[in-house]
Amino acid sequence: MSKNSSETPAELAADIRDERLIRHEGIAGAVRASVQRVRGGDLGSLPVVIGLVLIWAIFQILNPNFLSSNNLVDLTMQSAATGTIAIGVVLVLLIAQIDLSIGSVSGLSAAILAVGMTQLGWPIWVAVLAALAAAVLIGLLYGILYTRFGVPTFVITLAGLLAVLGLQLKVLGPNGSINLPYDSWIVQLGTSMFFPPWAAYALAIIAALGMFLSDWFRSRRRIRAGLTGGSLSLMLIKSGLLLVLLLVAVWYLATTRGVGVMFALFVVFVVIMNFFLMRTRWGRAVYAVGGNVEAARRAGIKVNRIVISVLMLGTLFAAIGGLFATGRLTAATLSSGGGDTNLVAIAAAVIGGTSLFGGRGSAYSALLGIFVIQSISNGLSLLNLDSSIRYMITGAVLLLAVIIDALSRRSRATHGQA
Amino acid sequence: MTLEAPSAPEHPLAKEPVLSIRGISKGFGAVQALTDVDMDIYAGEVVAIVGDNGAGKSTLVKILAGVHPADAGTITFNGRPVTIPTPAAARALGLAIVFQDLSLCDNLDVVSNLFLGREVGDFTLNEEEMEKHSWTLLRQLSAKIPSVRIAVASLSGGQRQTVAIARSLIGDPQVVILDEPTAALGVAQTAEVLNLIENLRERGLGVVLISHNMADVQAVADRVVVLRLGRNNGDFRIPDVSYEDIISAITGATDNAVTRRASAHESHEGHTS
Repeated sequence: MSKNSSETPAELAADIRDERLIRHEGIAGAVRASVQRVRGGDLGSLPVVIGLVLIWAIFQILNPNFLSSNNLVDLTMQSAATGTIAIGVVLVLLIAQIDLSIGSVSGLSAAILAVGMTQLGWPIWVAVLAALAAAVLIGLLYGILYTRFGVPTFVITLAGLLAVLGLQLKVLGPNGSINLPYDSWIVQLGTSMFFPPWAAYALAIIAALGMFLSDWFRSRRRIRAGLTGGSLSLMLIKSGLLLVLLLVAVWYLATTRGVGVMFALFVVFVVIMNFFLMRTRWGRAVYAVGGNVEAARRAGIKVNRIVISVLMLGTLFAAIGGLFATGRLTAATLSSGGGDTNLVAIAAAVIGGTSLFGGRGSAYSALLGIFVIQSISNGLSLLNLDSSIRYMITGAVLLLAVIIDALSRRSRATHGQA
Repeated sequence: MTLEAPSAPEHPLAKEPVLSIRGISKGFGAVQALTDVDMDIYAGEVVAIVGDNGAGKSTLVKILAGVHPADAGTITFNGRPVTIPTPAAARALGLAIVFQDLSLCDNLDVVSNLFLGREVGDFTLNEEEMEKHSWTLLRQLSAKIPSVRIAVASLSGGQRQTVAIARSLIGDPQVVILDEPTAALGVAQTAEVLNLIENLRERGLGVVLISHNMADVQAVADRVVVLRLGRNNGDFRIPDVSYEDIISAITGATDNAVTRRASAHESHEGHTS
């Protein structure tokens, strides 16, 4: 029926034939469409971006060092570890579950890495693999417990929080703190491994080019399938903006230390997970399970496998984040992964726009959310405010994010975009 | 055992039933939900299953959907005896079920819902192929969906039901089972869904319609199978039967084949209520 429509210009593409559909064409149309989306409550990442700009502006006024290149480099490096943990949180929240043990798991991975490297004399990569494997096994155990016995993950991982913390203390042994050799690459990665400017510029160009090509190929495929393609100028503007943004960021960071390899790895993880969530069968199943688990089951999705795989990825990212943090602190201690790690990671995912109720959110919320939280924490410590104030403010921001989430849900419902 | 169901009514379109169940029984603990139920579905006809609450309609659907196993009885599909242990097995056979509570993911768009669980694509999803196929399918059903890239939550009840029915057609099934498809719909939306059911019949599918609404049943069904307290209580061709006959079969006012035949063939006289 709809075939050959691309050959006969008189006939419209298959997706815009309904005369009731409000059409938005060209650049002005795209702007109008996005304004309408925001009005309808589909805020996307807009509140976070606005919030971030506000936070940066306020802290810059309070302390002119805040937006200095050196401090922003610190900010990126501080964000990488907990941000990576937050990727796992996003995945777990997407299937409407929660993992409260991510902090303990990251601490355990730190302990395994340190003991393996220093006391057992393992090569670093063996110690890293052992730490990751332990985390994945914990996730597998959670998954089996959840799918077999139907205990809520809230409770399973709460038990896991304690049990894994115990395991971490056991592995660390009586000393309670193990320093890592400073010349090992894992420490270098966390502290002093930065891209030379040319490599960072190249990465920025590759990222923008990649975005343009992916948009362009999608548009070509759609036109070939008899659907509407995107506008070329819009694609150019989009990737052009990204390119300018990245180049300016790289240039500014490069005036001091530059772009950290660890931070770049974090961003790469985000992009990879976004790809898997958006473009693969597995990702579609993750959203379906989070949206309506019974519908997913009836559609033939193997819900148990999806849940187990997501819980395993959740602990895997927690462990990677834990390794990053160990490298950055150059030591594994009793308090690795303790304190506020859990809540900061979960808060980052929620602040970034991942719904606590499942099925809504994206991998990028880990990136945006951790920037917000880390900016606040960094800014407050620049002002010499101690952690009591920091906790209170972070708590307030989290509450605000959840309220925005709830409000935009309501607005979506009334505007028919839920 | 009791009724005339096995003697297949003379059907104009097909001689062999595409789906045929014999002696299906199912108990839940102390409750015998279904006892010895027989039914035939032919290609290109709409069979309505009616019955009071607790008559066993939903249990029968769930057995055919592979949600519950039957305790006893046989299911024959295209002349082959089959077992339906899982929902996936039902789909693989060519039995599509549209459940009462829709089974759509509100957070996903129409295309994703249509192809949920059977996405097109090798490693990455082939969104373009799926979107194209979605439009083709929705146009064939004369469905009025403005865009297939909007979340299902933003559609009206009738549109959502349309999506649910369209989804059942993705795997080219031979039999579509609709559980209360018009239950929550307004007048116009109900008419839309009824058109859709006739559309399915014209495509040569066997359609099983489970409904409480006699007006809907009489509007689209070719044949009506009555269940009462988990047993067959009548199998009528719609042109031969009146509204009152169906009601009395549902409520049990006439309880044997003789009065029912009499009332079906002659003008109704022998029943009181």
